[in-house]
Amino acid sequence: MVFSRYLFFILSFVAIYAALKVLISKSPMHSVLYLTLAFFAIAGHYILLNAQFLAVVHIIVYAGAIMVLFIYTVMLLNLNIQGEFPKSKFANIASTIAGGLLLLTLIAIFKSYDLKVIANPALNQIGLVKSLGKVLFEDYFLPFELSSVLFLAAMVGAVMLGKKDIY
Amino acid sequence: MPDTIQNMQVIPLDYYIFFCSALFAIGVVGVLVKRNALVIFMSIELMLNSANLLLAAFSAYRNDPAGQIFVFFIMVVAAAEVAIGLALLVMIYRSTHTIDINVLNKLKW
Repeated sequence: MVFSRYLFFILSFVAIYAALKVLISKSPMHSVLYLTLAFFAIAGHYILLNAQFLAVVHIIVYAGAIMVLFIYTVMLLNLNIQGEFPKSKFANIASTIAGGLLLLTLIAIFKSYDLKVIANPALNQIGLVKSLGKVLFEDYFLPFELSSVLFLAAMVGAVMLGKKDIY
Repeated sequence: MPDTIQNMQVIPLDYYIFFCSALFAIGVVGVLVKRNALVIFMSIELMLNSANLLLAAFSAYRNDPAGQIFVFFIMVVAAAEVAIGLALLVMIYRSTHTIDINVLNKLKW
């Protein structure tokens, strides 16, 4: 069990390092690759929470689909424009302070609640495909079907926006 | 009391709160600092992911599968959002030849 805590710290460190690198990197291509690393670290977190279904879906959707979309957009349109957008130092410092204050506020909000832990994530079975599938197709069947309509609309919209002569 | 022994052994829920808050704050800073629209998209993805992970953590620690179902739906919406957003970005790049958001301030006033 101590091992899982070490694993948590390693995965958290990798995820936060990669997330910071997304912001620090000059070229968008490096940002995309670091974002992929962050997504894999988060997938590891899902496995640590025993949410295996989410871990697999996360890898398929994020590392498989969204990252491919990002990389194709960067590479095919030659959007790999490096560091051409300087921003004033004042704006950068102000944004960073604002982000730090947001972090403090979030932690203070969560700490003000008495959060009770009633289950051991390493032992419960709710994250497995069997139990989640039952919940998904019994209680959340209508939203599940509506999400397919949403996907269809998104696909049609993306194709329409991507066409050259729509003006 | 077996419950307390179990709770001592698992990763405290607070760790997930700290980690996800940090990830969310990094995403917010990215949206505020960056001017490249593509990197702003990536920061939004980071924020969505931190919220997802916290939902999954609460769901696992409170033995409620509804949280993980919500994470699934958030992933669906995020995928649709990225598809549309990148298509919009490509269209903007075609017409203005830049993805610098400071150039795209016509709707600001």
